[in-house]
Amino acid sequence: MGALRLTLVRHLAGAAAGLVALYVLTTSVGPYRDLQIAQAAYLTCAVAGLTVLTGLGGQISLGHGAFMAVGAYTAALVSAHWGWPLAAMLAAAAVVTALAGVLVGAVAARLQGPYLAGATLAFAVGLPGLANYSHLTGLLGGQNGLTVTPPVPPAALGETFPLERWQAWIACLGAVVTLFLLANLTGGRFGRTLRAGRDDEIAAALCGLRVARLRIAATVVSAACAGLAGGLLAVVATLAAPGAFPLTLSLQLIAAVIIGGLGTLPGAVWGALILVFVPSWASDAASSSGLSHDVASNLPLAIYGLVLIAVTLAFPRGLQGGLRGIGGAARRRLPPSVRRFAPGGGAPGVPATHRGGADEPTTDQASVPDPEGAGGRDDDGGGGAGGRGERLRR
Amino acid sequence: MVRFVNLTLAGITQGAVFAAVALALVLIWRATRVVNFAQGGMLMFTTFLAWTVVHDGGSYWLALGVALASGLVIGAVAERVLVRPVEGGPPLNAVIVTLGLYVLLQAAAGMIWGDTPHSYPPAFTIKGLSAGGTRLLLSPFDLFVIGAVALVMAALTVLFVRTGLGLKLRAAAFAPEIARLQGVRVGRMLTLGWALAALVGSLAGVLIAPSVFVGPSQFDAMLVFGFTAAVIGGLDSPAGAVAGGLLLGCALSYVSGYISSDLVTFGALAALITVLMVRPNGLFAARTGRRV
Amino acid sequence: MTTAAAVLAAAASGCGGSGGKSGSSAPGVTATTVTIGSHQPLTGPAAPGYSANSAASKAFFDYVNAHGGVHGRKIAYKYVDDAYNPTQTVSVVQKLVLQDKVFAIFNGLGTPTHSKVVDYLNAQRVPDLFVASGCGCWDEPAKHPETFGWQVDYIREGKILGDHISKTYPGKKVAYFSQNDDFGQDGVKGLDKYVPPAQVVSRQTYQPGATDVSAQVQAIAQAKADVVVLFSIPTYTALFRLAALKLDYRPTFVVSNVGSDPITLDGLLESFAKSGGTKLSGSPLIQGMVTDGYLSSPGDASDSWIQLYKKIHDQYIPKLPFNGNIVYGMSAAYTFVQALQNAGKNPTRKSLVDGLEKTKLTGPGLVPFAFSAQSHAGYTGAQIGVIKGDVIVPQGQPVTTDDGGGPIQPYTAPQPQAPASGVPPAG
Repeated sequence: MGALRLTLVRHLAGAAAGLVALYVLTTSVGPYRDLQIAQAAYLTCAVAGLTVLTGLGGQISLGHGAFMAVGAYTAALVSAHWGWPLAAMLAAAAVVTALAGVLVGAVAARLQGPYLAGATLAFAVGLPGLANYSHLTGLLGGQNGLTVTPPVPPAALGETFPLERWQAWIACLGAVVTLFLLANLTGGRFGRTLRAGRDDEIAAALCGLRVARLRIAATVVSAACAGLAGGLLAVVATLAAPGAFPLTLSLQLIAAVIIGGLGTLPGAVWGALILVFVPSWASDAASSSGLSHDVASNLPLAIYGLVLIAVTLAFPRGLQGGLRGIGGAARRRLPPSVRRFAPGGGAPGVPATHRGGADEPTTDQASVPDPEGAGGRDDDGGGGAGGRGERLRR
Repeated sequence: MVRFVNLTLAGITQGAVFAAVALALVLIWRATRVVNFAQGGMLMFTTFLAWTVVHDGGSYWLALGVALASGLVIGAVAERVLVRPVEGGPPLNAVIVTLGLYVLLQAAAGMIWGDTPHSYPPAFTIKGLSAGGTRLLLSPFDLFVIGAVALVMAALTVLFVRTGLGLKLRAAAFAPEIARLQGVRVGRMLTLGWALAALVGSLAGVLIAPSVFVGPSQFDAMLVFGFTAAVIGGLDSPAGAVAGGLLLGCALSYVSGYISSDLVTFGALAALITVLMVRPNGLFAARTGRRV
Repeated sequence: MTTAAAVLAAAASGCGGSGGKSGSSAPGVTATTVTIGSHQPLTGPAAPGYSANSAASKAFFDYVNAHGGVHGRKIAYKYVDDAYNPTQTVSVVQKLVLQDKVFAIFNGLGTPTHSKVVDYLNAQRVPDLFVASGCGCWDEPAKHPETFGWQVDYIREGKILGDHISKTYPGKKVAYFSQNDDFGQDGVKGLDKYVPPAQVVSRQTYQPGATDVSAQVQAIAQAKADVVVLFSIPTYTALFRLAALKLDYRPTFVVSNVGSDPITLDGLLESFAKSGGTKLSGSPLIQGMVTDGYLSSPGDASDSWIQLYKKIHDQYIPKLPFNGNIVYGMSAAYTFVQALQNAGKNPTRKSLVDGLEKTKLTGPGLVPFAFSAQSHAGYTGAQIGVIKGDVIVPQGQPVTTDDGGGPIQPYTAPQPQAPASGVPPAG
């Protein structure tokens, strides 16, 4: 009990520190950087939700872009038709998407591995297409989608307060709250049972866990995060349109999860930052390169592809896992209190041998050797869409 | 009635190509337990190479040969250089690497050949055959497409079931340790599996190219529908891939013809979910792999 | 939590600092340069064809820069990829405005994309010139004083094609095949103002991105339509044509300007039309297609504008195919140079917009612009033409109309010749 409260206090302190840091950051940069921070913040919500589902729950989803679409359209509709205030709009986005998550989760709980990947991929491609259905175009705006009225900064902040900073604050608050809630959720019983269900379905069932229900719950939590992300996208980009939620978006989210470090919340932030800043930087590089039109146009795409490959090959456990590996030795010299937070931190009863990507928070690779080595054979089928682990089940 | 026949014929032709892409995905899944997201990009790239041959005056068959050969090479290189390091690692990493390869190939094609889509010749005329005075949505070229996919399917079956090489390939995929003990060069077999799969994929690219044109993003839908077809059929079954492809092709054609062309992608989702609700491991799942 | 926040803070601060020097008179204007920006689909599903527009505009600006620029200033044209994704459009446009401090946005492409930045650009008072889309929605001077259209809008185009159909093919069965977005829908709106409803036997749509349109083509063929109107982009014009070939269905084709560029269609259909191995000039599959145009036809080598554009093309972007997209991009750039000249020796954002509302621009098109204080619509009409070889051969006279219930009127003034220098004469 004491440990639990300590964890909660630590997470609260972390959230507060994060908010202060973000306040300082957003007020010290220009409006365009604020906009990028806002983008990174809403993507963080979606990636964090997905990393919990995939990393801890062992369920892959290639369809989180569609959940974001549900959230964005919900926010746009309640704002346009009923004029709901900002907080209610975002809450509606999260709740409605969570309900969609119940449906998807019920289907997904029966599936695994590539079948789950295929179903969610079809979800990502099929759902935004509904907006074009002629009987729904009146409501959803067809191919053009809906335009959302931008939020108005409170008068107390002054006449000249930049809109982008206000949007950044909204999105960052959303991201910090999401991370805070997910950190507590995954650090507690929910996270433990999730991992148990992932690592050994039969053992978990023997222990009285209802694995199917657990999976649905994980999908719902994850969908709610993506819905909030979609709602925030509607507030930051002031739109909801089918073109904003292509399959590419869903694939980018799962790529961000892996690149950041499967199952880690700090990894989710890394992943979101890469999604926002790498293309922007690559695009600048391309436009000032003086290359021919065809080459310059495709250069950012090429850089993005290379980053995906290079990071995955260089850091099989993601950037967060890589950093932890590098920092491990140094950190051991510090007193334990300085050791930082990670999801599930201090949770007792998590066997040190469970193998699920990079989500072992308390075991630095440097201090507790992975029984199979860093890139060892992974038998948990945690990600689902590949890996030899699946073979052993047959 | 004519409409139903024509929608079915259009569905079968389109489905045959989905089936070929699905076959490529199934081969790679069976060999290395990786869903190859780069498949769409690989077949786009090899079709561009074939287009270059045709464009420079080469014959259709020479171009087809170039596509198949380059498919073999690209598949082998992709496995050896990019996928081998992540094989046996966290399962999703391989997916992300193939995704990166896909993006890279798309960018490279855009850099080399530009974004303007090009015409690709069919092997035979695309003018429809007549039956009882009505033109059908089935041309000699469509028959060639269907025949080519059937032939590949048959050849693969013979290869896997009847030959020693096929046995080694299967052993390397399903029981690598035991295979290694028996003297099978497992790594080499996996590379060969990828190469074969990419060859089938490049055939699919050349077959579909006349009807979708050749461009860096013209084949994007092929991966989505091919993957959907593979999942419908069951990822471990080549026969399932073909059945899944035909089923999906017809389903999309009927949705487009009888309900609304706006709902085609949604129709694919509906077809997939319906099948998976009844058979969670696809139509041709060897046995129910799911516990609990 | 702390780590997450720290990571965010560290990484984002590393990229801090906003560029842009303070200009002399207006944002984006220095003593030697005028910087303008655009969002374009350079990659992704909309890139085919359209990615060439911006390269053509850039080539034209480079040509003008090499010939002295505008009032001694060179035009720096920054076009950024938005992959036709509205979220990215918002992001890149804000970058252009906030960080690159562009003077104006020029020729931003697409309705679903550009409609999401119109409010923003007007709130920021950034001139938003010559949107590359035929949506009627750019013409709202009261609500969006900074936004100007350029190409003829789809409703006007539909009216002109519909008028032609009702006069030329009275009583014949007509079918529509249109893209399922504002392009197709507005086009059909215009058509329906002139084609009697009883004549329309089938209305089919397609979804951009679909791989197969044979179900729609078959439905139209079964309805035995004599005339098929295509409001489609070139790839789908070509797909329709191939499916019709398959069914041996030979109606008269009436194709919107967007989907009828003969050179692009040739490229898409050339493999299907070789007779005995000899390459024909102009695919036989597109001969006789009826269309409409408001610019010179790229295949018309005797046209002064085409000669100018071809010269610039060969010098700056020889690798790109010389087609309708190149003519489009260069013509839009020409109009922008005219607008910048009209904005005076020391242009401001206000003088640019005022200049457009006050001066009547002529060229490169066949018909005049609607630009005035009351209207921000672009070209007001078009001329019917028939594809012959690689060229659209004009029929009759150019006509103009409005996007409401107004009449269609002939326009008699001849198309101006391209200036010998290639640079619009200073106004």
